[in-house]
Amino acid sequence: MRVFGGVAAAVLIAGSAAACKADSEDGGSAACGLKIGVFGALSGDNAGLFVPAKNGVDLAISQYNEKNKDCTVELTTFDSQGSPDKAGGLATSASQDTKIVAMIGPGFSGESEVANAIFDQAKLPAITPSATRPSLSTKGWKIFHRGVGNDLSQGPAAARYIKNVMKAEKVYVINDQTAYGAGLTDEAKKVFGAGMIAGEDKTSEKQTDFAGTVTKVKTSGAQVIFYGGYTAEASLFLKQLRAQGWTGTLVGGDGINDTNMLSVTGQKDVEGTIATCPCAPATNAKGTFVADYKKKFSVDPAVYADVAYDLANIFLEGIKDGKSTREDLNTFLGSYNKAGSASGVTYKWEASGELDPAQVVVWAYEAKGGAWVPKQEIPKS
Amino acid sequence: MNIGELLRSFPELTVTGVTQGAIYALVALGYTLVYGVLRLINFAHSEVFMVGTFAALFTWGLFGLDSNTERPSIGVALLAILAAIVVAAVTSAAVALLIEVTAYRPLRHRNAPPLAFLITAIGASFVLMEVAGSLTVRRPFGVPALLPSKPLFDIGGWAVTPTQVTTVVVAIAMLVGLDYFVQKTRAGRGIRAVAQDPNTAALMGVNKSRVIALVFILGGLMAGVAAVFNDIKTGSTKFNVGFLLGLKAFSAAVLGGIGNLRGAALGGLLLGLIENYASALFGSNWRDFVAFVALIALLMFRPTGLLGESLGRARA
Repeated sequence: MRVFGGVAAAVLIAGSAAACKADSEDGGSAACGLKIGVFGALSGDNAGLFVPAKNGVDLAISQYNEKNKDCTVELTTFDSQGSPDKAGGLATSASQDTKIVAMIGPGFSGESEVANAIFDQAKLPAITPSATRPSLSTKGWKIFHRGVGNDLSQGPAAARYIKNVMKAEKVYVINDQTAYGAGLTDEAKKVFGAGMIAGEDKTSEKQTDFAGTVTKVKTSGAQVIFYGGYTAEASLFLKQLRAQGWTGTLVGGDGINDTNMLSVTGQKDVEGTIATCPCAPATNAKGTFVADYKKKFSVDPAVYADVAYDLANIFLEGIKDGKSTREDLNTFLGSYNKAGSASGVTYKWEASGELDPAQVVVWAYEAKGGAWVPKQEIPKS
Repeated sequence: MNIGELLRSFPELTVTGVTQGAIYALVALGYTLVYGVLRLINFAHSEVFMVGTFAALFTWGLFGLDSNTERPSIGVALLAILAAIVVAAVTSAAVALLIEVTAYRPLRHRNAPPLAFLITAIGASFVLMEVAGSLTVRRPFGVPALLPSKPLFDIGGWAVTPTQVTTVVVAIAMLVGLDYFVQKTRAGRGIRAVAQDPNTAALMGVNKSRVIALVFILGGLMAGVAAVFNDIKTGSTKFNVGFLLGLKAFSAAVLGGIGNLRGAALGGLLLGLIENYASALFGSNWRDFVAFVALIALLMFRPTGLLGESLGRARA
């Protein structure tokens, strides 16, 4: 590993030296032929959570290239399938491609823990549009930025929704033991308090049979489940709950806010399910974003598409401004303070890489008629 | 330890455990049949099962059923399930035979050492899984709701749904049928003969290649049936659905005594129950842990599994 790191660093230094040289000749104008990477689940169980974000970046880059035909930026995708196992190798190859000066992603928290450590060594600036585990900003990575709120805002907000909006008396709390799912439920539990929790259980990734957990939920009498985890398991779990006659409401985080949750569970069984997201509805995004997105991809923009679009535009603005190295772009992010054209969020980062807390909003979405319909912004207290 | 939870939910845990166990048992038979005859652990069997889950889904598609359609009437549902059983069983059997012919038979003709077979089995498994993965974009597919979710009967908490009844009844029918086939028919005698002593069996006029092809087909048929009920039970399928289930079914076969048909059935059932009781007792995250600890503990005292090892020597 150490040897590989050394090689990567050597290649990098050579690469950035070349880039600097080109830069000085151009005299600070935009550098050409650079690449922006997108890193996350582009195929697999949870691809529905990240493909919209990739599309957002794709849209931003094509619009940029339309306007700058003589000096374009290229999109490079890294399909991690959302898995930490695959993230290491992909992150290393991304780091070694010196043309890649910026990264949108990784999409999920587990893979972020692996990939960001590698990006940090390679000084490759990364902004995640969707990884929400709080501890990601405490690892000392200088390149880490989060374009949305984290689960310290999402978890409690979801809990407040269950407690104050749904007015549930009992809730059954389940997590999938991933970096994301466990963190989300930990934060939510602090708001519920012990009296409200009817029971707790854990699922695991790749699990397909949930009979034991279904039985526990049913005997507990809880009519609301808070599920910290991803679509792959949540959809099967909900379907098996319904098959055993459970009629309550499942509430999940952004991990289930994707189209596979709707299609795999089936419209009838998923109806009424709530998914939160530390993001405002992409379908209500400002400017021409929604129309442009629909024109290019023939679907409505979904979760995090607008965020990723804005984040890509921040990098593009930097590149246009002549920031042609990874270091320059990272410094550029450090002092950035402007509103995104689609999401309307003011992107301004704290030193840890967290988004300015004043900018964080959490919304609840409801599964209705085969789509995720924005329900309401969850009150902050 | 949460004994209260176990006692409170005991009836339901038993019912769902038996259902899951029936599926394990059907898949376990495929491992055990092949092992009994070839002394080969056919790791690609999990993918035979996986192909079956997609064949069933495809059949329901022909009926115009998908995850968003309303439940059909009971008659249509049963017909759809029957059709799916036939299609999935035949498809799975064909895939099993294909694996035998393309992967194992050439090795056998060259007298390859047992390790070569094992590696080939793992390789075949990955090939099939990845092909299915790239064909389906690794996407999960929802299965239509077929049988009503309302319990058929409910006596003191022992609520049993139509899906559970159908799964267990069909599984038992398949088990009994297979047992009869192997014990009583001429072809079955051939299987037992090859299992006991391949060379002598060949001298007595048993066509070894044909017997081997037959056990792969039989295992495939069972896996196809299991695939249909696994689809219905879990409500979805995807390219790697066979991986974990295959491991469990293989463990079930070992638990009952690998190479022994009745052992595989018993092992499957027990594993399904142990898993369910364990998830109530210790929490669902301990489910697999407890199941495998139980397996190891049992093998320490009965190294050949519950009912002993050999297909040929199995007590009737």
